[in-house]
Amino acid sequence: MAEVTKLIHKYLRHDKKFPHVWCPGCGIGIMLGALIRAIDRIGYEKDEIVLISGIGCSGRLPVYVDFNTLHTTHGRAITFATGVKLAKPSLKVIVIMGDGDAVAIGGNHFIHAARRNIDMTALILNNSIYGMTGGQSSPATPYGMRSTTTIYSNIEQSFNISELAVTAGAAFVGRGTVYHARLLDSLMEKAFLKQGFSVVEVISHCHTQFGRQNRLGTAVQMMEQQRDQAVTVEKAARMKPEELKEKIVIGVLVDKELPVYQDEYEKIRERAKEVMGR
Amino acid sequence: MLLQGNEAVAEGALRAGCRFFAGYPITPATEISEVLSVRLPQVDGTFIQMEDEIASLGAVIGASLAGVKSMTATSGPGFSLMQENLGLAIIAEVPCVIVNVMRGGPSTGLPTFPAQSDVMQARWGTHGDHPIIVLSASTVRECFDMTIRAFNLSERFRTPVIVLIDEVVGHMREKMALDDEEEIEIFNRVKPTMPPEWYIPYEDTPSGVSPMANFGEGYRYHVTGLTHDVRGFPTSRPDEIGPFISRLHRKISSHFPEIQTAEYFQTEDAEITIVAYGCVARSAKRAVIEAREKGRKVGLLKLMTIWPFMRTAVEKVLQTSKVLIVPEMNMGQISREVKRVNRGITRVVALNKVDGTIITPMEILSRIQEVVS
Repeated sequence: MAEVTKLIHKYLRHDKKFPHVWCPGCGIGIMLGALIRAIDRIGYEKDEIVLISGIGCSGRLPVYVDFNTLHTTHGRAITFATGVKLAKPSLKVIVIMGDGDAVAIGGNHFIHAARRNIDMTALILNNSIYGMTGGQSSPATPYGMRSTTTIYSNIEQSFNISELAVTAGAAFVGRGTVYHARLLDSLMEKAFLKQGFSVVEVISHCHTQFGRQNRLGTAVQMMEQQRDQAVTVEKAARMKPEELKEKIVIGVLVDKELPVYQDEYEKIRERAKEVMGR
Repeated sequence: MLLQGNEAVAEGALRAGCRFFAGYPITPATEISEVLSVRLPQVDGTFIQMEDEIASLGAVIGASLAGVKSMTATSGPGFSLMQENLGLAIIAEVPCVIVNVMRGGPSTGLPTFPAQSDVMQARWGTHGDHPIIVLSASTVRECFDMTIRAFNLSERFRTPVIVLIDEVVGHMREKMALDDEEEIEIFNRVKPTMPPEWYIPYEDTPSGVSPMANFGEGYRYHVTGLTHDVRGFPTSRPDEIGPFISRLHRKISSHFPEIQTAEYFQTEDAEITIVAYGCVARSAKRAVIEAREKGRKVGLLKLMTIWPFMRTAVEKVLQTSKVLIVPEMNMGQISREVKRVNRGITRVVALNKVDGTIITPMEILSRIQEVVS
């Protein structure tokens, strides 16, 4: 407990008016804990971290922590992060988005950032729903589920966010759940240390909206479901696609070396100066 | 040196200290991107082509928060996409420059034809009550100067500044003398000097502009598009919201003399004054010269600051003029403002053209003729 208190004192903003906006039992706090622990373990200075978010429940996260924090427009957090990182590459840029933020309104920015391989980490809190606006369906809402805008049934297929990141070319993609807090810690640490575009998808629950509308129980029950659905990447490799249908594959999905944008751009600068010198 | 308007914008930006550009290809603004993609890496700056104009302005705002002077350039459709992030730059008080090389609209409209139809969009395109600074250029040299001025004003007042040019000015080539030794005034944002624990990022000051800390320089604070208190934290308290929105306006409205510029050409004794801006001001100048040759007392008020609207400049020419003629390549966006300032005292005649072609000196001369007879 003393350890936790130490981290709270070190990283939370004491001049910010608490309590926070999240519902009791929300998974965002677990993600925030993992984020802080990973940053602390790596030993980043608070001044070198820029934490950037979009809109939604996840968008409110940066305000509580004592970094350089930026709360942007809906879906556009990654674009701001691109500017921050390229303007001042010494900064460690971390983006926090929800599922709607990252792959609905911000889907285009997400895939392009992955393709460019700019050095930053995108954390996506996937709770399958638009929580803040009252429980509307998102591109991560599974087929057949209910939301306030799909009260008859969601007839759309959902995105597999991590697979999308893999396909778009991200250098590192990991998936965890808020039940598996220790795994989240290590995924975040790996993602932060990765040179290039890294993604951690955090499967969470919105018991207030998604859970209530689909009768999935309390926050604890929904977390137990995460435990029961989870299979590791290693185990999943030995399973058939139909066996994996209802499962959440957790662990490191991709970790590869790719040319990093800022390094490549440095070469462009050298070439441009040669041209100028001629 | 023979330069194109768009090229002069790019050179002006570099001279102003711009070291970051994010943009998306669009006619007729693309040359600004192309030039800066070559020039910025030569001066250790950064050019990036984004996936769309929304992303472009997002990246520009991010780069500015990290302490680098930043800009983007676009035309109508792209400018429409930028409106939401423009509002964020206003409320979070992030300096940046947006150049809109106007083409015919609405929608895809006339990509290769000039227009001046985004004047009101530049003023009110983003939602919510907000002040905005919009400059205009009608020569290649002005493209250069106005871009520098745009950066200076944006840094001075911590606000996005829009430069409106049009397809004619953007693509026109003119001789421009550019002296490397020429004294050009450059303004850089005022940074906090107090210890970080004393820094209140959005604290009111006599000018209404608070010092701005760049990310990574020890002043950790919160930047948000939500209405915020002086510390940058979201607020829902009426006693904090009201003063904040008022300050946003006051920092601009209490500095009109510094922000507003216009050119008066033969207006001292003018009985007919033409109020124009952008490429139309060129035709208007020619029309004034020719009308004067015929002995008519005609003058030109060329608006170089479009917003905040130059009430004082219009009032000045109203003192001598019996008629104001406002030629514009739109349905009457500035003539409406001129009429508002005039309040029915003098005759205000609009001359509007929306067919994708420039208003010629002849057309202005014949309107003068109509007015006289």
